[in-house]
Amino acid sequence: MTKSELIQHIAELNPHLYHRDVERIVTTIFDEISEALARGDRVELRGFGAFSVKHREARVGRNPRTGDAVSVSEKHIPFFKTGKQLRERLNGES
Amino acid sequence: MAEATITRADLSEAVYQEVGLSRNESADLVETVLNEISSALVRGEMVKLSSFGSFSVRQKGQRIGRNPKTGEEVPILPRRVLVFRASHVLKNRINKSLSSS
Repeated sequence: MTKSELIQHIAELNPHLYHRDVERIVTTIFDEISEALARGDRVELRGFGAFSVKHREARVGRNPRTGDAVSVSEKHIPFFKTGKQLRERLNGES
Repeated sequence: MAEATITRADLSEAVYQEVGLSRNESADLVETVLNEISSALVRGEMVKLSSFGSFSVRQKGQRIGRNPKTGEEVPILPRRVLVFRASHVLKNRINKSLSSS
């Protein structure tokens, strides 16, 4: 399912809303999550999952083909942990 | 900078501010969006949200695990796990704002 298909489904479930409003709703939700992560904040959506940012220190890595040492600078990576309820639903437990 | 936690209430508030529906309806729509994504994943579908990231379901086989406290062997049954891959747009956005600070 793509973002436009998601918007389409939600528009069908809410026939009283303009399509462009549904688009704005979906965009706002994911923009808000992205912004929070860019500030270093956590986003916790009970039952669905939690987004957080993990810090990776700078390190010396290697080019696996040539074996050359390359420096990898420090970075922050987004991380998602599946919520309990969704994890159980994926495995047919609820 | 103190790290804050954003919840459904903050997302509903953002939708309320942005779209001009009632607070109740904004909250319902946030729930609908999460439910639609969850249902697609439970059906085994991949969910791709451009410029944010993608969620996919991976099937894991059975393996032998160990109870770390007792050392006892326990089978870990086959299961489905959810994997999130952030898009480059999101990764870049996070790095630009956090690594410079």
